[in-house]
Formats: sequence, C-alpha cells, structure tokens
Amino acid sequence: MTLKIVVCVKYVPDATGDRRFADDTTTDREGVDGLLSELDEYGVEQALRIAEASGDAEVTVLTVGPDDAKDALRKALSMGADKAVHVNDEDIHGSDVIGTSAVLAKALENTGFDLVVCGMASTDGTMGVLPALLAERLGVPQVTLLSEVSVEGGVVKGRRDGDAATEQVEAALPAVVSVTDQSGEARYPSFKGIMAAKKKPVAELDLDDLGIDADEVGLAGSWTKVADITARPARTAGTVVKDEGEGGKQLAAYLAEQKFI
Amino acid sequence: MSNSFDLFRTTEEHDMLRDAVRSLAEAKIAPFAAEVDEQGRFPSEALEALQGNDLHAVHVPEEYGGAGADALATVIVIEEVARVCASSSLIPAVNKLGSLPVQLSGSEELKAKYLGALARGEGMFSYCLSEPEAGSDAAGMKTRAVRDGDFWVLNGVKRWITNAGVSEFYTVMAVTDPEKRSRGISAFVVEKGDEGVSFGAPEKKLGIKGSPTREVYFDNVRIPADRMIGAEGTGFATAMKTLDHTRVTIAAQAIGIAQGALDYAKGYVQERKQFGKAIAEFQGVQFMLADMAMKLEAARQLTYAAAAKSQRTDGDLTFFGAAAKCFASDVAMEITTDAVQLLGGYGYTRDYPVERMMRDAKITQIYEGTNQVQRIVMARNLP
Ligand SMILES: Cc1cc2nc3c(=O)[nH]c(=O)nc-3n(C[C@H](O)[C@H](O)[C@H](O)COP(=O)(O)OP(=O)(O)OC[C@H]3O[C@@H](n4cnc5c(N)ncnc54)[C@H](O)[C@@H]3O)c2cc1C
Repeated sequence: MTLKIVVCVKYVPDATGDRRFADDTTTDREGVDGLLSELDEYGVEQALRIAEASGDAEVTVLTVGPDDAKDALRKALSMGADKAVHVNDEDIHGSDVIGTSAVLAKALENTGFDLVVCGMASTDGTMGVLPALLAERLGVPQVTLLSEVSVEGGVVKGRRDGDAATEQVEAALPAVVSVTDQSGEARYPSFKGIMAAKKKPVAELDLDDLGIDADEVGLAGSWTKVADITARPARTAGTVVKDEGEGGKQLAAYLAEQKFI
Repeated sequence: MSNSFDLFRTTEEHDMLRDAVRSLAEAKIAPFAAEVDEQGRFPSEALEALQGNDLHAVHVPEEYGGAGADALATVIVIEEVARVCASSSLIPAVNKLGSLPVQLSGSEELKAKYLGALARGEGMFSYCLSEPEAGSDAAGMKTRAVRDGDFWVLNGVKRWITNAGVSEFYTVMAVTDPEKRSRGISAFVVEKGDEGVSFGAPEKKLGIKGSPTREVYFDNVRIPADRMIGAEGTGFATAMKTLDHTRVTIAAQAIGIAQGALDYAKGYVQERKQFGKAIAEFQGVQFMLADMAMKLEAARQLTYAAAAKSQRTDGDLTFFGAAAKCFASDVAMEITTDAVQLLGGYGYTRDYPVERMMRDAKITQIYEGTNQVQRIVMARNLP
C-alpha cells in the first residue's frame, strides 16, 4: 500500500531581508520577499528520504497561506514532492497557531495521511508547537524534534537529541513527526526537478471546501491578541572587559550571569 | 499595463534555477574561491557540488541522460557559479565547449557513449583547438591525423587546453588533408587514457588560477576510426559552429564575474566611512555604481538574447554570439576594475575578492577568440 506522507510547509518572510508588521499587527507578507521556511526544507528532505527508502510512497506538501505561498509549494515540488495542497482564504488572515492548526488538521483529514512531517518551528513565528497541536486535533501520536527519522513496517522511529540524553522514540502510524535542522542537509532543486514541478498538481482549497466557519479562524478567532509591537532597539556597544589580571574571571562571571555557563 | 506580459523577462523556471544555483554556489563554492585562487588548485569542492546536483553539464539532452537544459538555463548556471568563483564556472562552461562538437556533429553512437558518460559525471570534456603557432589563426594548426586501416594516428601539440589532465574526454581538431587548409581539418574524440596522450606543466596565469590550463601532447595516438566526429574535413566547421554557441557561455561567465564584483562593491560603500559619512553618499561614487549596473544590465540582456538565439540556432547567432562575448567581457573588465577602485587600497589586496575578480575577468576578453577576433566575426556577419 502506498505510504501517504504529507509535509506541512510555511511561506515566511525572507529573514535576510527587511521584515515588517502590517497595521493590524500581523506579519507583513505582502510587501516583503518570501520563501519556503528553511526549517521546513528539512521536513521536505526527510519526507523525500522516507519515500525513497520505501519505494512506494507519495509525498504531498501542504500549506496554509496567501497567494504567494504557492512559491513555497513550488520549491518543495521542485525538490521532488509529488503534489501540493494550498489552503488559501482571505478569512484565514491573522490566524494564530490555534487557528492555523485547525485549518491544517481539516486539510490533512481531507487529504488523508499515514505520516505528517513538520519542521521544528517556523522561522517567523518560531512557536514550535504546531506539530503537537496537529497531533492532538487529529488524535494520532506525535514524535517531535527528531534528528533522525525512518519508517519501517507501519512504525515511525527516530532519535531525539536532548540536553541530557538521547532518546530513541517510535510511534505506530498514522502519526505526526517534526524534524530538526540536524536531521540532514536539504537537497537543492535540480534542473529536471524545477521543470517537472510545473506539471505537478496543486489543489486549491478554501474554508468552504474544508467546512470551517470563518469566525473560528483569522484575527477574530484567534486565542491570542498582539497588543503592541516595538522594534528591537539598535544594538548597544556591549560590555568590554579590560584584562588587568582578572580578565578571565570577569569573563567567566559575565558568562555565568548570562547563564551561558 | 499587465503583469502577464512575458517578453523580456526570464520564465519562472529560469528564476527558480537561478535561486537554486545561487544558494548552492554560495554554500558550497564561494567558501573555497579565495583558497583555490591563492593555491592555484583545482576546485574539487565545486566539481563535487555541481556533479552532486546534476549541474556540471546541464546542456546534455535528456535522451543521452542529461538534464536537458536550454541554452539560457545553461547560461544562468554558469553565470551564478562565476559570480562567486570564475575558476569553478569553467567546469560547466568547458563541459559544454568540449562536448558540443559531439552533440552537433557526432554519430548516434558517439553521442550515446560520450554525452552519456559526461552526464553521469564519469568524466569532464575539454576542447583542443589552439596550438602554440595557431591561436587567432586556428586553421593554421599543425596537429596531424593520418589514416591507418580502421584507425587514425594523431601527432602534435595543443596549447592552452582548459581542464587538461582533469578531463577524461577531449575533442581534438587535427589536419587530415594539409592541402585543403580549413576544409582539411577533422574532429576526433580522444580519451585521457589513450596511449600516447600526455600533458604539459600547468600554465602560471594571471587569473582563473583554479582552472588548470595545460598543453596536450599526442604521440602516435591510435584511435578507432569511429571516434571521428562527423565526416572527414568537417572538423573546423564543427569547431566554429561550436564557438557560435559557447561564446554565449563566456559572456555568461563575464556577467557573473561582474555581478560578483558589483555586489561586493555595493555592500562595501555602505560600510566604509570617510569625511564622516559612508562613501556611498558621495555622488561621485554613486555615479560609478550607476554606470556599472547600467553596463552590466545591457550586457546581460544581450547575452540572454544571444542565448535564446543559440537555443533556436537562429541565422544571426554568429553575430550575436560574438557580440555578447565581446561586449560582456569588455564590460566585465570595466566593472571589476571599477570595483577595485571603489574599495581603494583595500580593493588592491587579496583580503578582498574584487582584485581576484578583476584578474579573472581579463581572460573572458581573450579565450574563445580574442575580442579583436570577435570584432572580425561581427564585421563579417553584420545584421
Ligand atoms: C587560460 C586560457 C584558457 C584557454 N582555453 C582554451 C581551450 O580550452 N581550448 C582551446 O582550444 N584554446 C584555449 N585557449 C586559447 C585561446 O583561445 C587563445 O589564446 C586565443 O584564441 C588567442 O590566441 P593566441 O593566444 O595565440 O594569441 P594571438 O593569436 O597570437 O594574438 C595576439 C594578439 O594579436 C591579435 N590579433 C591576432 N590576429 C589578429 C587580426 N587578424 N586582427 C587583429 N588582431 C589580431 C589578438 O587579438 C591578440 O591581441 C585558452 C587560452 C587561455 C589563456
């Protein structure tokens, strides 16, 4: 039976560019260059590796985002994913992670899946809780923050590197996993992959298609509200430690105070 | 006004290819560019990265196992690699130069064997036209091929051969009938392992120091007759037809190098302060950058137009290939020299990449025909 893998990917503002907020305190996604979140590239990569190892698998990439988010899907398709699902609806604008996870969960039920792969966090929101929310909504096990992952005989296995210990974890499919930036370098799209991506199917869905009420999502449906935004102050000169015999101790004291050591 | 007007812009696929090659080049090739230049060593990291991502010879058609990239896509690959390391850009560029004679004129068997091997990354391809006494006047070559039953026996010396020694395969132009001058020249595929093939010491060059340039010696090299590319006496025509296409790739190299220098200078002038402000605030500096960007964009448009003509093999390709190569390389020399100027004394040192780019740019005015020769070609093929 074909292993159905779905990778959730996010279209995010380019972190090397100028990132801004819109008047309604949401991330400005119109006026800035966007791309497939770098952390999600690891998810696509692991999904493709699992698919290659299985020999009979289908990789779908799923995104919830505005029109331009199709660029993120196209990138994932050019890396080798088979098809894409784009959930795009004006009413989703401003959703927090609760709202987004509701939309993604419905889309995943709609698409069908054996394995859902996510990145460890988005490079814009950096919440990192979406995989857990998804698993909860879908009622399936979650194995998160894996730096190694494989699927064998209906079970997803992986390694989670913690501060104090390394865990070997596994779950029966269907399941949700998230992978870290240590899971293996993401491939670059090849010329053939780029040309092939154009012909791959991209399904467009809106809230109606998924049977979601507009007031469950968007700014109105969000559990969190952004009250105010202040740009990070310009960097200050920093602390200069002059070595007058006690420099080493002072450095150590500073690092300890900042909880680095 | 409409955003769907698709003239004078590259397709979405070409833009995606540029993005992919740019990230690959910045991550895997750029970090070694200074070292490759300084040590004059082959950019093996670049070869590995390009082969690993099937970008080392994108022009090879799909039917022979290649990526099947069009001429503009090939230009974009070369341009983006040259933007960070000109020496490395000679990998995809010379793979096309060396193998295109086979693709244009070779038998089905030759194409399947050698284009396939090139696409699979089993070996690179070099192009052997120039000789010690035959540069601009390439038809004055002396390397001889004499028929001996089912074999040809080659004797002679080729000079300035890019990637000689590292390439497995060589397209070699040799005289088969001395009476007929250019119509008495034939082309052959020679393998590095053929008995009697050897290489000279690497040339000590001004730039593209990571790209080995060596002499190739043929000492009674016996090769099977079916390694002749096309019919006897068509080798020079094939060699010239090849250059019509590949001069566009030299133009690509030139605009890539120039873009690298312009990008660097643009960043530098924001950071460098004199007279209490960033030097970017001086109009004299702004005008230089404006001119550099203007010339570069003009060169790029001409190069892309020529690439489209190369893909279609338009009748005016000979003019456009020469014009793109000549203009883009002259412009690259100006832009890289100006980039050094904008960095002042720092630009003159190897602590900054622009002096390398200036040295690398110079070769684009010389090889695949000097820019004087390009002007001869253009004058004979005026549109
Ligand atoms: C780094 C490097 C890599 C190269 N790689 C290759 C390669 O892979 N394969 C290959 O076959 N060749 C290669 N070449 C050779 C290159 O194409 C020749 O060097 C070039 O064609 C010029 O030939 P020449 O050096 O003999 O110069 P010459 O022909 O001696 O020219 C000297 C000068 O005279 C000028 N001149 C000559 N004839 C005329 C004329 N009729 N009118 C006006 N001016 C004229 C030239 O423009 C030049 O300024 C390479 C060269 C270099 C330096």
